[in-house]
Amino acid sequence: MNDRTKMATPHDLSFQEFEEAAELLSANPDASTHSTARLENVNVGMNLEDDEDAQEETEMLTQQKKNLKFWSFEYYQSFFNIDTFQVLDRIKGSVLPLPGRSFVKHHLRNNPDLYGPFWICATLALIMAISGNVSTFLNESGDSNYHYSPQFHKVTVACVIIYCYAWLVPLGLWGFLQWRTNQSRSLSNYSFLETVSTYGYSLFIYIPAAVLCVIPEGWVHWLIFLLATVVSGSVLIFTFWPILSDDTRVAALSTMAAIIVLNVLLAVCCKVTFTYLFFFLKIPSCCKVKLLNFFFFSLSVLFLSNNPAATAITNDRRLCSEPHNCHS
Amino acid sequence: MAEVDESSKPLFAGLSDVSISEDIPVEGEISVPVDSPTQDDEYSTLDEPVKETILRDLKAVGKKFVHVLYPKKSTALLRDWDLWGPLLLCVTLALMLQRSSVDSKEDGGPQFAEVFVLIWFGSVVITLNSKLLGGTISFFQSLCVLGYCILPLTVAMIICRLVLLGSEGIVSFIIRFIVVIVSFGWSTFASTAFLADSQPPNRKALVVYPIFLFYFVISWMILTFAPSSSSSTKTVGH
Repeated sequence: MNDRTKMATPHDLSFQEFEEAAELLSANPDASTHSTARLENVNVGMNLEDDEDAQEETEMLTQQKKNLKFWSFEYYQSFFNIDTFQVLDRIKGSVLPLPGRSFVKHHLRNNPDLYGPFWICATLALIMAISGNVSTFLNESGDSNYHYSPQFHKVTVACVIIYCYAWLVPLGLWGFLQWRTNQSRSLSNYSFLETVSTYGYSLFIYIPAAVLCVIPEGWVHWLIFLLATVVSGSVLIFTFWPILSDDTRVAALSTMAAIIVLNVLLAVCCKVTFTYLFFFLKIPSCCKVKLLNFFFFSLSVLFLSNNPAATAITNDRRLCSEPHNCHS
Repeated sequence: MAEVDESSKPLFAGLSDVSISEDIPVEGEISVPVDSPTQDDEYSTLDEPVKETILRDLKAVGKKFVHVLYPKKSTALLRDWDLWGPLLLCVTLALMLQRSSVDSKEDGGPQFAEVFVLIWFGSVVITLNSKLLGGTISFFQSLCVLGYCILPLTVAMIICRLVLLGSEGIVSFIIRFIVVIVSFGWSTFASTAFLADSQPPNRKALVVYPIFLFYFVISWMILTFAPSSSSSTKTVGH
């Protein structure tokens, strides 16, 4: 009892109210637990208080966002409420994913933005087109018949691919997770903006990868893209696994597999768009069809894991509960 | 201060008793003067010769060009914005960048419409970005600044074409590279000198980066401009 009064000296807390409370407490140590909890908090550390402050801030922010109408300019301004150092911190977090650190919880912190995703996608599309151009130029410069041409239509192709990946895939994933959340109470979901932000920032690693792909060696391209896919995929995995793991095992695994597959597909598409010359010309057109088929297959895996029959049946452990068994 | 209040109290105390009545003569003119001294020498612009109208606008455009070439932190560009200069520069640049050969669809260089759309759409996107980040500059002012700051790149394009008329080897590439780099830096520096002040200080880099990207794309198009050769060679394409 005496220890408690010694631990937190009331005089350090310069509010008079606290002094009264502390005096009352010292007089009667068995008083209500509210004041003791507060005094103990000061000793435990600042973590809890920070969380409470952060929570209050985020509640205020979300309330502010809800009060704005979607046709007002301020509504969209709320998505760009970000400073330079925050953007740099998020980019750093996407390049160095650490296990256990969810990008959403650790870096976004309830302030998702659209600046990063939009400009990272734009930069990536441009850098890919330029780098592919330079790479083919360096590769073919020895050839006397080669006539250099800038190939600007590649920019539009790259733009379409990247923007579709960075905006439609999060939409699909968020919609799927929202549906799953509505089905079972134990799940929680990130907001759509947080999903888009995560996907957008996860694409940042492809920018230095694209710059390095100027080196006109085939195996260098594959190695670089492999590394980039691993980093980008791990950002997505570490972010989405915490909320997926609450789901049934099959749905969780298949959703995670779909995320990874789509990420790999993006890398493959980038690689193909790049080294358009000495990759695309060499694979016959049937392989292009196979690539498309693979893409649609992965999409169907994603949608079949949504299949209510499949998920309802997993509890009964029937054979066809795993979609890829059905489709083999 | 208290003394003043006390001394002023008896002065103002009687005012509340005063009421303006018709007895007190009100002096002075009530009618608002309607710009009578300026009416004589300012006639409507309908009556002036066309040459004067055009020259006036051209002089304004030319003055802004000078501001871009020697960028100081002046508000002249921002105050009297106009879009004639950007239009002129954009059309010139697009005309010079477009492919002139008929069978140019395999060459993949930008067409007139592509350059035009790129410049205007890029300017609009950058302006929206700066406004969303909390900038105080207006939409058309930003378009005006971004358009005018293409001037160094247009000059670089002219120089590049002249250099390409001479030779096409590695020396000309180095010259063109240096010219384009210098004009790219000039454009970016000039536009940020005008635009950066309107942004909150902790977001300046976020606004400058898209401008940098925009001028980088235009510089890339200028640098990679290769005149179409007359001989039909095996061109790179699908």
